[in-house]
Amino acid sequence: MANKLINQMGLPPSLSHVFSARNILTAKDALSLPEIDLMALLDIDIDLVRAAVARISEATCPPFQTGLALLEEKMKSGGHLSTFLPGLDIALCGGIPFGALTELVGPSGIGKTQFCLKLALLAALPECYGGLNGQVIYIDTESKFSSRRMIEIGEGSFPQIFRLQGLAQKMAGRIIVTRPTSISEFNDSLQQMKLTLLQNEVKLLIVDSIAALVSWDNEKGIISSRQSPVRGSLSFLKSIAEFSQVPVVVTNQVRSHSNDDTFHYIFQGHRKDTSNSERSESHLTAALGIQWAHAVTIRLIFEAHSGHRFIKVAKSPISPPVAFPFVVESSGITLLNQEGISVAGSEINAIRCQGWKSFSGIIQQWNQLPSFMQ
Amino acid sequence: MEISNLPISPSIRSKLLSKGYTSLSSLSSISPSFLAQELSVKLEEAVEVLRAVSDTTTSKSAHIPNGIIPGAVTAWDMLSEEQMQRHISTGCEDLDAILGGGIHCKEVTEVGGVPGIGKTQLGIQLAVNVQIPVEYGGLGGKAVYIDTEGSFMAERAYQIAEGCIYDILDKFPSNSREFLSCKERLQVNNFLAGIFYFRICSYTEQIAVINYLENFLTEHGDVKLVIIDSVTFHFRQDFDDLAQRTRVLGGLSLRLMKLSKMFNLAVVLLNQVTTKFTDGSFQLTLALGDSWSHSCTNRIILHWNGNERCAYIEKSPSVASASAPYLVTGKGIRGINSNFKRARIM
Repeated sequence: MANKLINQMGLPPSLSHVFSARNILTAKDALSLPEIDLMALLDIDIDLVRAAVARISEATCPPFQTGLALLEEKMKSGGHLSTFLPGLDIALCGGIPFGALTELVGPSGIGKTQFCLKLALLAALPECYGGLNGQVIYIDTESKFSSRRMIEIGEGSFPQIFRLQGLAQKMAGRIIVTRPTSISEFNDSLQQMKLTLLQNEVKLLIVDSIAALVSWDNEKGIISSRQSPVRGSLSFLKSIAEFSQVPVVVTNQVRSHSNDDTFHYIFQGHRKDTSNSERSESHLTAALGIQWAHAVTIRLIFEAHSGHRFIKVAKSPISPPVAFPFVVESSGITLLNQEGISVAGSEINAIRCQGWKSFSGIIQQWNQLPSFMQ
Repeated sequence: MEISNLPISPSIRSKLLSKGYTSLSSLSSISPSFLAQELSVKLEEAVEVLRAVSDTTTSKSAHIPNGIIPGAVTAWDMLSEEQMQRHISTGCEDLDAILGGGIHCKEVTEVGGVPGIGKTQLGIQLAVNVQIPVEYGGLGGKAVYIDTEGSFMAERAYQIAEGCIYDILDKFPSNSREFLSCKERLQVNNFLAGIFYFRICSYTEQIAVINYLENFLTEHGDVKLVIIDSVTFHFRQDFDDLAQRTRVLGGLSLRLMKLSKMFNLAVVLLNQVTTKFTDGSFQLTLALGDSWSHSCTNRIILHWNGNERCAYIEKSPSVASASAPYLVTGKGIRGINSNFKRARIM
């Protein structure tokens, strides 16, 4: 919409010519300037400028819908990818929503990739088994994708399906893995994806992990410069989600609190420093900063403390703050408690990493050939 | 005042003059359709001209305080008008109390906070509460929800509308006849149908929709609330030239203020946070810079106070700075002391 051409908007021809003579060709060019600047640039009367801007705005403005129409649309299209974890599905009102960015953040080895593998499988399953019956694009920036593990999860969760002849191959054939090695490659694949998403019936896009992109971009791992190409990729990812109405799942890493991390506003004054230092010893924070935190729609925090691992629904427009203890088994992630534990206050945003064994140690036990391949 | 000083577009002015209408009195007793035919313009434009004429003539003979400036009103008149104004309840009694009743119409209120604190929840709650019928203490108006981030979820709006209706019926159990007809209007689907939703994908569209709102609001005169969620998102991503950004934002805020006064509605802008280096350390502050912070009439910051969510009024011309705790429940935004227990979703 922003790139709509002015000469196609039904402005009177004389006005149209004035705009194009000054190289203001798209709506974006015209609306980025305040009216006074436009008047000076085009050398026409302020009233004419106002009328032209009003006409351009009307043409560029997207159509509106009522809340009721939105709800009906949602009901029709399903709107969610079920995770097959009942407690989480209930908390998220159906599962991972379409058309929005869902972020999984947690320390390394906690199970984010396992979760992604299961989601990829679920999206590929036929609808009669509760899946989306579509292709999945898995962007693997850290070379963590393991097709063997994914088949194993499939066998464990849906044994009756996977024993059927050729079905495992068909399912695995629907998952497309790409391994970009630089930001420009990543951006290129995103650009191409925008078209193919609709053509090829892609039903899920997973980026595992997005924090790796940032580390390619600059060493500090923080998006500082405005010109950083990663920013563009992030907002583009979000617009792809909206545009194609597929669920987009993104994994993020954690980093430790630095002194730059702040919690307080100016009016809150200076807090006691002791509480701060205690927190920073055991607490981590999501990478990519606060701007990214605003941009995601749903944030699921994977953390570990008191000997258990938890999935917390930290940011969601529709769920209360709850935490579910989970374990990782051969059939993927399983929740230990479907009710969830209600988490009060700002604890929901904390990421803790204490007292657990890294997952990579456990995976070695399962490195056998799945039965159908023997 | 003569025709040449009327606030109308030059082409219409030249048409009027060429047809021989040189003074205001010549236009005083003409019907719009006749004028439209005479000038060969559209009916709406003729109506505009006649309205401009009547505005100038009435303001000349209208009560001008001490004859100083046409179009001004006295403080006393403003006070009586303000006292008759209804406010939009936020759902939390404490927050309404410190706001002086709720969100004010004819003003632009900015609400900011860290991710996950409840800005979108507050936005949806306001979009539902503005529709509470006048008989139950609300404004009975509709809402425009401009979504730049895709955080509006229709299912959540459904839950909040349901919760709102439940609480109203609980509070006003009366079965008298006058309430019966209102009760029929209290349907969740009606509330959802009263939210006009725009999904904006770039700052160009954001500017376009705010420009277009004037036309839209003229058509849909019962809109009493415009929410933009969030006003920051696109301006932080794609704008490279900060000075230009400040100017464009300034223009936007002026236009929104004008809309709020012209159509007597409340404008609520949701903002994100960023860090700023002051007093030797980084502090949280609302995004878009210092010049933007002057643009809004009121400013509310939602923050964590220990384990509680709190709303702090940082800036307001009429109420003191104060803080109030609130909860985000299954039914929407509620106060700490409300009788209804925190309901689990579904």
